[in-house]
This record gives sequence, structure tokens and C-alpha cells, in this order.
Amino acid sequence: MTTDIQGHATGDSKLRDPRIRAVIYQIIVITIIVLFAWYVAHNTIVNLDKRGIASGFGFLSQPAGFGIGIVLLMDYSSQASTHLDVLIIGIINTLAVSLAGIVFATIIGFIFGVLRLSKNWVVSKIATVYIEVVRNIPLLVQLMFWYFAVLSTMPLVGDSIKFGENVYINNRGVNFPAVIPSSGFWVIPVALLIAIVLSIGIRNWAHKRQDLTGQIFPVFLTSLGLIIILPVLAAVVMGFPFNISYPDFGRFSINGGWSLEPEFLALLFGLSIYTGAFIAEIVRSGINSVSHGQTEAAHSLGIRPSMTMRLVILPQALRVIVPPLTSQYLNLVKNSSLATAIGYADITALFAGTSLNQTGQAIECILITMLFYLAISLLISMFMNWYNKRIALVER
Amino acid sequence: MSEAAKKNTQEDVAIQIIGMHKWYGEFHVLKDINLTVERGEKIVVCGPSGSGKSTMIRCINRLEEHQQGQIIVDGIELTNDVKKIDEIRREVGMVFQHFNLFPHLTVLENCTLAPIWVRKTPKAEAEAVAMKFLERVKIPEQAKKYPGQLSGGQQQRVAIARSLCMNPRIMLFDEPTSALDPEMISEVLDTMISLAEEGMTMICVTHEMGFAKTVADRVLFMDAGEIIEQAPPQEFFENPQSERTQLFLSQILHNA
Repeated sequence: MTTDIQGHATGDSKLRDPRIRAVIYQIIVITIIVLFAWYVAHNTIVNLDKRGIASGFGFLSQPAGFGIGIVLLMDYSSQASTHLDVLIIGIINTLAVSLAGIVFATIIGFIFGVLRLSKNWVVSKIATVYIEVVRNIPLLVQLMFWYFAVLSTMPLVGDSIKFGENVYINNRGVNFPAVIPSSGFWVIPVALLIAIVLSIGIRNWAHKRQDLTGQIFPVFLTSLGLIIILPVLAAVVMGFPFNISYPDFGRFSINGGWSLEPEFLALLFGLSIYTGAFIAEIVRSGINSVSHGQTEAAHSLGIRPSMTMRLVILPQALRVIVPPLTSQYLNLVKNSSLATAIGYADITALFAGTSLNQTGQAIECILITMLFYLAISLLISMFMNWYNKRIALVER
Repeated sequence: MSEAAKKNTQEDVAIQIIGMHKWYGEFHVLKDINLTVERGEKIVVCGPSGSGKSTMIRCINRLEEHQQGQIIVDGIELTNDVKKIDEIRREVGMVFQHFNLFPHLTVLENCTLAPIWVRKTPKAEAEAVAMKFLERVKIPEQAKKYPGQLSGGQQQRVAIARSLCMNPRIMLFDEPTSALDPEMISEVLDTMISLAEEGMTMICVTHEMGFAKTVADRVLFMDAGEIIEQAPPQEFFENPQSERTQLFLSQILHNA
């Protein structure tokens, strides 16, 4: 580089162009990463070779040979089923507890978030105590509390606590009657589907009618009624096309009926109550973020408080609530891996635990497990980002 | 108050406040407020900040609760009865210092929200009414925009139109020009003046003394939670009785 008398740089050096510099830096960074990845991979392969462990995914088709506590939607036998089956069961169990957890945590969160803002002193203090206690105790400890201190101390099967006629609570979980479909059962889900389609139709019709005549139609109550009445009606018309199997208490075991295992319940309670407390705070701060002037403006126009919440406050609060809500959902899914601590058969406990121990395929098992969590998290993020965009505010 | 005013029948009285007191905890914000506003009367309320002007007009549509005395609006007494509060709020429009438009709705939707959900007006009709009032405040072309895309003056005019869409018989203005840039004040005041000329009953809390002189039937001066003085504008500005009024006027007119 040359300089003139005053010390100014002369001529054009490509190296002083920030865009070209940026490209050079990126090339350097990528080279370092590739070299590092190659080093790790090479090292691993050499070490696996030394210990005589075959890498690859062949182990997935080998028989698993161990029993699983909770199996949903699948047939599983310890002799015939493979590690791939184990993986699928783990995924189903993780998804089951995560989905149920997200639903309950959201309901708990919204209820307690609104309650904490209540003008009723007792109500708001109850919500505050719940939130502060639950947020400040580690989730692992709470899971152990539900599993060991609450559910395991329930009475023995013989002394089950009875709720109504056929619901039993004991130290093996909750037993309740099962519905076993018989021929013609399909009419009931179809009736439910029709009810849902009708509800959507009624909503659109009510919208149009309100636009035309101004009349407000109670859409929510009508839909709720339809969704309950139509399937019941279908059941009556078809002459109740199902058998009910009641829990039957044998000497050592319970036959018939459906049951929820204490491991599942403890994990579900723990995850929903813990995440619910965080969601409650998110909801509260979202509602608080809408200035009080909005409420006053709506009230001064004669809009009632409940309507103000629905038409003015919530639509604005949601755009503040949704991004942190997304990360709570992600946390819930990832925290479900604490299932290992209380023996719930989720993907981490089953596949990254038992299968890994039996086959020694640590890298493959952990890799698949990580990819699964990553994929679920990305899916949730994508959905929530889409929703967030839909409700975003237009400014300037 | 003159004898003639006292003889007025209930029909001619828009708002009557009798012996009203309000406390914020220990703090006595409003002390023995007595005020009768006739139909079509325009009243300007002024006074130093913290004197209770805003609080007083916010009591009229129950944004603030009074603890003692009576407020009667349009023949309906304000009590804890939710139905009466709703009824009064439908009759009384309010314009705020910070506009308080709904940022998630378009200008048109801001104007039609209450007519549709409170008055149960068909959408097309509500939109036609809204467009009429948006034309009156001279911004029909902004109907499809969101409040965040408008200037302060335009937003305040939308807020006025939004109130008018409910066909109120009384309008309350709470420092409507205080948050505006100087060059936007006149567009809002012009709108208010034309509203006054149509015979709307108005109570305005404002420091725009020019507006008070041209529009007001009566100017109220408040200080420390009391109505110190009330008089027609000419008398009020030229011959203020109380020392506190004189001091306030000298400060405010000196600055102007």
C-alpha cells in the first residue's frame, strides 16, 4: 500500500473493502469448523475400531429384548420387537406427554395469569402464591414430589380410593372404565366431525348475519352444544355401539378398563404445573403491556369489560405473549426428558437410555434422540412464528 | 347561578353534579364540586396541573369513581349499577390526551367497533356512518390505514370521529391538544369548533385560551380540587375575581 504526503491511502486495495473482508473472514471460519469436524469424526471412528464397536444403524433391526412399562398405540413384545420399535414407542410417549402438557400448561397459565390481575385480593394472592412457589422449585424436585410423595403414597390396589362408581386411584395410577368400540362405532366420530364442521359453518353464518343485521349470535355456546349433543345422539340412534369394560380387581393386578400410570401422571402434573406458572407470568405481563388507556377508551365507548378484553386487550396482548409462549412450549418438550428420573418410558429413557446401554451404539442413539428433539422444536417454532406473523401489528 | 337556570326543567339539564367529593386514599382530589351543565352548553375547564380537572370529567363517565355526592347525566344518576353506567357511557363520548386509538384495528374498524358490538348496528350501516364522520373530520382517505400510520393530529381527529359514531349527546375532551405538535393543534381545534357550532354539549379540559374565548359559554377555573371561579369567557379573562385565577391567567397568557 502506498501513501501520499498527507498520509492518505492512495490507490484501491481490495483488502480495504468491507464486503471482501467479510467473505475472507467467512472462508477462514468455515475452514476451521470443517477441520474440527473432520478431526472429531476421524478420532471417533479410530476409537470405535479399536474397541471393536461397529458403527451404523443396523442395530435398529435387532430385537430389543427388554420390557417397556407404557406402550401406546402399538403392540410390543420383548422378544419380537426391535430397537426401531423401541424408538417409535419412545417418540409416541414423549409426544403424548408433551402434547397433553402443552394443553394443560396453556389452560393453567391463562387462568392463573388473568386471576393474578384480579381486583379480588384473595384470588390474586392465591395466584401469586402458586406462581412464586412453583417457579422457584426445580422441576426435577417437583417431578419427584409428584411421583414419590404424592402418587406412590396412594393406597394399595386393594384399598383404592373410589371416585363415583368406577374410577379408582391407587399406587399404580388411576383406573377408569374403557370404551371398546363394537360394530357401528364409526358413526360417533363422524357425528363429532359433522358437529365441528357445522360449528365452523355457524361461525361464518353468524359473522355474515352480524354484518347484515347487527344481531349477535351466541356462537360459542351453540358450538359447544352441537359438539356434545350430536355424538350423544349418534350413540343413542346406533343403540350404543360400544362395550364398556370396567376395571376388575384381581388379587395382584387389575384387568379391564383403562389406566393412567403414575409415571405418566407425575410427569404430566409436574410439566403442566411448572410450565403453567411461567405461562401465567407471560400472560400477565402481556395483558399489562396493553396501556390502560385502551381499556378506558373502550369503556368510554360503552363496551363492556368482558367484551373489552376480547375485542381490544387480548388481540394486542397476544402479540406480546406469543414469542415467549413459544419458548415455554419448547422448554416443556425438552423438559419431558426428565422422565428418566421417575421411570416414564420417553425417548430419552428408552432409546438414549436402555437401547443405548444394551447395544453400546452411543453415537447413533444420542444422534437420533437429538435430531428428534430438534425436529419437534423447529416444528413448534415454525407454527408459532406463523401465528405470530398473523397477529402482528401494522405500523408505518 | 341565575334564577332562570334554576327554573330549568330536567329536560334542559345535561349534567348535574351536586356536592361531589373524591379521594385517592388519603388525598382529597375533588372537594365539594357543584356544577350544572345545560344542553348545548360548552364549558372549558382550566387550572394548574394536578388541580383535579381531568379527574372531574372522568367521573362523569365513571372512568373514576366518586365517593360522595351525586352525578346525574341525562337524568340518570351514576351509581354502582353497571347497567346505568353502560347507559351513560353510550350517551357520553370522550376524547383523550393520548388519543387511545386501538392500534390493531384500521381507522374504519376503530370507528365501527362500538356501533357494531354495543349498538348492534349492521356492518354496512356502521361503516357508512363512520365514513360520514371521517369525512367531517376531513380524513376519509385514511379509513383503511392503521392508527400507527397517521400523524398525531390525524389520530386525534379519528378519535373524535370514533366517539361521534356512537351518536353521543355529550362530549368530554381531556386535554385533546396537549400531546400534539404545535402545527397540528389547529386542525383538531377546528374540528372541535365545528362540533360546538352544531350545538353539541361539550366539556373541554384545555389550556387553549383562544379556543375558550371563541367557543365557551362558561370557563371554569379549578385549583387544588375545587372550582374556584366560573364565568363567561369575556368576564373570566378580563375581570377575574380570585387571586389564584389572576395568578394562573398571568402565567398562562404571559407564555402565550
